[in-house]
Amino acid sequence: MHIDWTAFTPWSALAGGVLIGIAAALLVLATGRIAGVSGIVGGLLRPAGGDVGWRVAFAAGMLLAPLAFTAFSSLPALEIDASYPMLIAGGVLVGIGTRFGSGCTSGHGVCGMARASPRSMVATLAFMLAGFVTVYVVRHVAGS
Amino acid sequence: MKRALPIIASGIVGLVFGIGLIVSGMFNPAKVLAFLDLAGAWDPSLALVMVGAVAAASIGFAMAGRRGTTLLGATLQLSSARNIDRRLVLGSLAFGVGWGLVGFCPGPALVALGTGHIKAFVFVAGMIAGMLAFEVAERRRKSGLENVAPEQIHPTTADG
Repeated sequence: MHIDWTAFTPWSALAGGVLIGIAAALLVLATGRIAGVSGIVGGLLRPAGGDVGWRVAFAAGMLLAPLAFTAFSSLPALEIDASYPMLIAGGVLVGIGTRFGSGCTSGHGVCGMARASPRSMVATLAFMLAGFVTVYVVRHVAGS
Repeated sequence: MKRALPIIASGIVGLVFGIGLIVSGMFNPAKVLAFLDLAGAWDPSLALVMVGAVAAASIGFAMAGRRGTTLLGATLQLSSARNIDRRLVLGSLAFGVGWGLVGFCPGPALVALGTGHIKAFVFVAGMIAGMLAFEVAERRRKSGLENVAPEQIHPTTADG
């Protein structure tokens, strides 16, 4: 392993992380809910959901974030290198996996870890491990 | 007002969350994949996103836990599930594979969709299809379990 120091952005990573954490803290204090994106979006697809308003508001806030950001600064790079078949396969796996696994990077990785939930620790270990292995296989085994 | 406040708060939180994803770099799949590529030129930045996020969030959860209610006096809706089962592990592994294939998890994908990028749209469409497949599977499983005692049915409330 070698660290790519030119790509390392510790301060913006830490600052962005703190903003994400503040958002999660605000949501639980204001609404009593977990700021888990897969759960919030997935709950909209459940016909008997009922509590639609806050979910739509949260998703709308996320969608508007790039627009709000450009009011202060230009957007950083958005580089999506995956091919279209890969985007669909990845999207389906993320959709099914996060719902069966009851959460994603935000719900388990941030909120669950912050609550020291054993379920979230196991889930976070599992998706991190699968992510590391997948990238290894794609880039260093299957790729040239 | 009591009904509108949590909705307004959720919108503001979604916005702050999304800006956090942009500032942190998680919004960019290339940076996420550079973090997941331990054998390549490794970019450890995203580990610090998690450190910052968990630290800040844990203060909020500790405050909420001590109060026992929200600031508006409503009950906290936090999962109390403790069972570590096959659904949790296999689901999370499948999520990790999809994350590693593209570099998007659900939050950054939504924020990227907000830029109007066609590839983000395709990914989110796949993700919603996957979530719908889960709903169909759940409904089938529940109708198959109608004659089974409720405590034998897994809790389906989302942790996140």
